[in-house]
Amino acid sequence: MNASSTLVTSRPDRTLTKTDRVARGLGWFSLALGVAEIVAPGKLARALGLEGRERLLQAYGGREIGAGIWALSDTPAPAIWGRVAGDLVDLATLAAGVRDGDESQRRNAWIALGVVGAITAVDLFTAASLTAETSERRGETGRDYSDRSGFPGGAAKARGTAEGFTPIDYQVTATEARKEMETA
Amino acid sequence: MKALVWHGKQDIRCDTVPDPEIEDPKDAIIKVTSCAICGSDLHLFHNMIPAMKPGDIIGHEMMGEVVETGSAITKLRKGERVVIPFTINCDECDQCRRGNYSLCEKSNRNGELSDKVFGHRTAGLFGYTHLTGGYSGGQAEYLRVPFADSTHIKVPDSMTDDQALFLGDIFPTGWQAAVQADIQRTDVVAIWGAGPVGQMAIRSAILLGAKTVVVIDRLPERLSMAAAAGAETINFEDESVIERLNELTGGRGPDKCIDCVGLEAHAGSHIDSMLDRVKQATMMESDRPHVLREMIYVCRGGGVLSIPGVYGGLVDKIPFGMAMNKGLTFRMGQTHVRRWTDDLTRRIDEGQIDPSFVITHTAPLEEGPGLYRVFEQKQDSCIKVVLKP
Repeated sequence: MNASSTLVTSRPDRTLTKTDRVARGLGWFSLALGVAEIVAPGKLARALGLEGRERLLQAYGGREIGAGIWALSDTPAPAIWGRVAGDLVDLATLAAGVRDGDESQRRNAWIALGVVGAITAVDLFTAASLTAETSERRGETGRDYSDRSGFPGGAAKARGTAEGFTPIDYQVTATEARKEMETA
Repeated sequence: MKALVWHGKQDIRCDTVPDPEIEDPKDAIIKVTSCAICGSDLHLFHNMIPAMKPGDIIGHEMMGEVVETGSAITKLRKGERVVIPFTINCDECDQCRRGNYSLCEKSNRNGELSDKVFGHRTAGLFGYTHLTGGYSGGQAEYLRVPFADSTHIKVPDSMTDDQALFLGDIFPTGWQAAVQADIQRTDVVAIWGAGPVGQMAIRSAILLGAKTVVVIDRLPERLSMAAAAGAETINFEDESVIERLNELTGGRGPDKCIDCVGLEAHAGSHIDSMLDRVKQATMMESDRPHVLREMIYVCRGGGVLSIPGVYGGLVDKIPFGMAMNKGLTFRMGQTHVRRWTDDLTRRIDEGQIDPSFVITHTAPLEEGPGLYRVFEQKQDSCIKVVLKP
């Protein structure tokens, strides 16, 4: 019965890999950044030369919070890929700050560009690693277990073998036989 | 000894920990020879059930050999092979005498906490949070068994570990799920979830004489295993569950519905299940009860909903008016394992059923953490993992 069980070898002795831990860190970072963007969009806009785009920053904040919650779930890879896409949008937005801001704002925007660029690299590496690790574990999907009935004598012979077993305190179904007994 | 230890959400490690010792005259120590990862272990893995603490040893499906007994033990001897039920029971309290072993009033050593959270205490469980006693689990080389005279199932010499192991949880859980549905020979029984408990519920419903068993899942390997026992299958990603169930029952709906999914229902394309996922992620709801809603909607009037799937806290938007007006009966609960195991042991011994059919992966204990991830993500066609310490 158990002949097709597989002996799996070389599985890790802990569930969380380094990549998982980095993904979690990115998730918490996303949440913190998202809250900052929603709560203090004016300060951020002034610092980065993005005045007039406060609503846009708040929308980015919502995106970050969504990505953060997802990155902390049991399937973080799509969220981290989503962060990569979000990073590219952030880089484009910051580029506008570099173009439009005054000298101090341009300096801040350049610093922010550098930081976001570095985070983009971390996001990209983490997303690719998570995808690769998931792929390694995937193995063969959709295996056919149609030879595993669990009934050594066959399903037809097994059907009804325990009919009438139900103890009295588990009998809850209205049946004609029970109704007749009640009438009798 | 080596043991699988819970360190936090999705963080399980194979650690070296102190060996267990006899703490009470009613204890026994067993050397674990086989243990398994249960679907409900995944709820702990995902930190969905409250009151786990870092350092807790997990696991509640285990068997082994008695290596030490307390001074008050009279029914066990060193060297005997036993399966340990996941519910710890004293055999003396009012609930145990009624057969409600999972509601044992004495075995939960954190009973006062359980009283506050549940209203009234439930039994102690192995490796399943401090709400149920905080007892160390059996994914380990050794296990301390409290109330050992009444918390064991003796294994006949003729039976292999793989055949006997599931007497401790999933086989009696699937059996109780079918028994509490009070199956009649005219019944169409719909079972949500073709995981290990679902597979056992299918076989139990067939043994109990159901006319038709219909199984709902999305994974081809699980559906193929369900079909092997003679069940009709519905892949909920390919077709409407409600339409297909009504079609199979001439529009009446299934007589009995069994929820073998519980609080982590797959977030499919239904709006309610997507909302549940969001609400759970944002801590606005603890459980995802899509299956419960679907069962209430599709079940025939006067039918029975049997719920072996684990729920942990609060569920939203349950159509209770629908349930009331249709006169549905709800039966649920943790499994009263020992109530059923004498009968089930006999059925295995007689060859009516061989529960080892469900095992898809066998590995050393040290590889348990890696296999948690495989099982969690349903990779490598994994349905049931057995670990050999």
